[in-house]
Amino acid sequence: MTMNLAAQINGVLAALILLTSFGLLASRRVYGLLHIFAWQGFFLSVSTAVVGYSAGLHHLYISAVLTLALKVFALPYILYVLIHKLKIRKEVEEMVNIPTTLLIGIALVIFSYHLTAPVRELSTLMTRSTLAVALATVMLGLLMMITRKKAITQIIGFLALENGLFFAATSATYGMPLVVELGVALDILIAAFIFGIFFFQIRTSFDSLDLKEMEKLKEED
Amino acid sequence: MKTFIPAIIEGLQVFIVLLAGPLLVGWVRVLKCWAQGRASAGVFQPYRDLSKLFVKDVVLAHNASWIFRSAPYVFFGSTLMAGAVIPIVTTGVPLSATADIIALVALFALGRFFIALAGMDIGTAFGGMGSSREMMVASLAEPALLMSVFTVSLVAGSTSLTHIVEAVTSGIVMLRPSLAFALLAFALIIIAETGRIPIDNPATHLELTMIHEAMILEYSGRHLALIEWAGMMKLFLYFALCTALFFPWGIAGAGSFTMAAWALGALALKLVVFGFLIVLVETPLAKMRIFRVPEFLGMAFLFATLGMLSFFILE
Repeated sequence: MTMNLAAQINGVLAALILLTSFGLLASRRVYGLLHIFAWQGFFLSVSTAVVGYSAGLHHLYISAVLTLALKVFALPYILYVLIHKLKIRKEVEEMVNIPTTLLIGIALVIFSYHLTAPVRELSTLMTRSTLAVALATVMLGLLMMITRKKAITQIIGFLALENGLFFAATSATYGMPLVVELGVALDILIAAFIFGIFFFQIRTSFDSLDLKEMEKLKEED
Repeated sequence: MKTFIPAIIEGLQVFIVLLAGPLLVGWVRVLKCWAQGRASAGVFQPYRDLSKLFVKDVVLAHNASWIFRSAPYVFFGSTLMAGAVIPIVTTGVPLSATADIIALVALFALGRFFIALAGMDIGTAFGGMGSSREMMVASLAEPALLMSVFTVSLVAGSTSLTHIVEAVTSGIVMLRPSLAFALLAFALIIIAETGRIPIDNPATHLELTMIHEAMILEYSGRHLALIEWAGMMKLFLYFALCTALFFPWGIAGAGSFTMAAWALGALALKLVVFGFLIVLVETPLAKMRIFRVPEFLGMAFLFATLGMLSFFILE
């Protein structure tokens, strides 16, 4: 019964993670994005802990705590400081308007459900049904990177994509080995610092964080 | 004697729908007055308004056609018919078998269609504007409503409302994200369909912002009374539909009269809570720009679709 309950709780958390992914796509304000991203990290961390508890895998607790520290507090804080220092405009600028993006997002969820259906049939893990949500989170993060103009929103899309990968690892195989997870966590942290440095560089070179400006770097033919 | 019992139950249900609509609106107005620090006119003020309108004369425009004259009756009739179908106090409503949840949505759409026609019939600018806005809201709200309702039907395995109520009350309690999403979508749709803040302000007569009021601006006397009454019943019916789909605990099973008394009590309790929720939503919010409405309803559609998807993916 506890096994079943854990699966249900995990299902609810997966639904919440999916909801936050759509929230990232729908949000118009940069600070709002940071809050939603932090919530996604929180749900991810709780989900990892639930899976760790029900499967009896104690190394998942460590990655849950790591996720909590890194994705709920550290990364949003770093990004917040960056936004504050760079005095970025508060509105999100998009290439495709938001309702269309959301519709594409729904199509992506259906696609990833279809794609993971065979895995779902073969797997015996309790978390097998959340694999579709994990893949959808990856795709929605990718969609966000494609459809946003500003570097900062693309970075948040990238981090959401990484959340999706992490969730996929937990739901498909009860998590990667701890060494790998520690490495990935460190990578993400370092990446956030490098992004920060890059933002400053882009800003000083182009006076803007709009990546369209980078097209000027192309040689005329 | 036995053959009359279904007819009596049905009659009582229609009676409850007729009376509870104005009562709910009165309760919401009283709560709103309290929240804003005003003195209220009492819970029964909508009854007084209606009876005042019924004794007044009808003023008709010269070019009013039969559509304009019949629309209030169609609107009232279709709303009352919807009220006869939804299981409100007991699942043993005999007419419940005549229409499932899709037909119910169509009944609501029929009334709205005629009111929109009537809005354009006289040829005033406000009527036409109101009709076009109403249709814009309706065309976006209805797909979301159907999607949300389908999610519940998938969980319960039927589109018949009595079956849904029985399936949800007798089934094992499970954490269902799909129902949570569907409820979220349904809450947004209730706001849009019944013309509450932030979509439409039921108290406004400011020309530029009204939607529902703009369509019925030309009505007077008993016609206006019928439309207002039907509007109040509609709010009550959406509440009843919401409880039947998502919170059916307390609705009596077919043929048990002792349960029916409890069910009435549960209904009153749910109505009180519903009034509080409406006022809680309406008091801090302002009416949104009409061009933001598609986004609001797009959100409802998204929630409903996510509900349906999470039923397939996670359950």
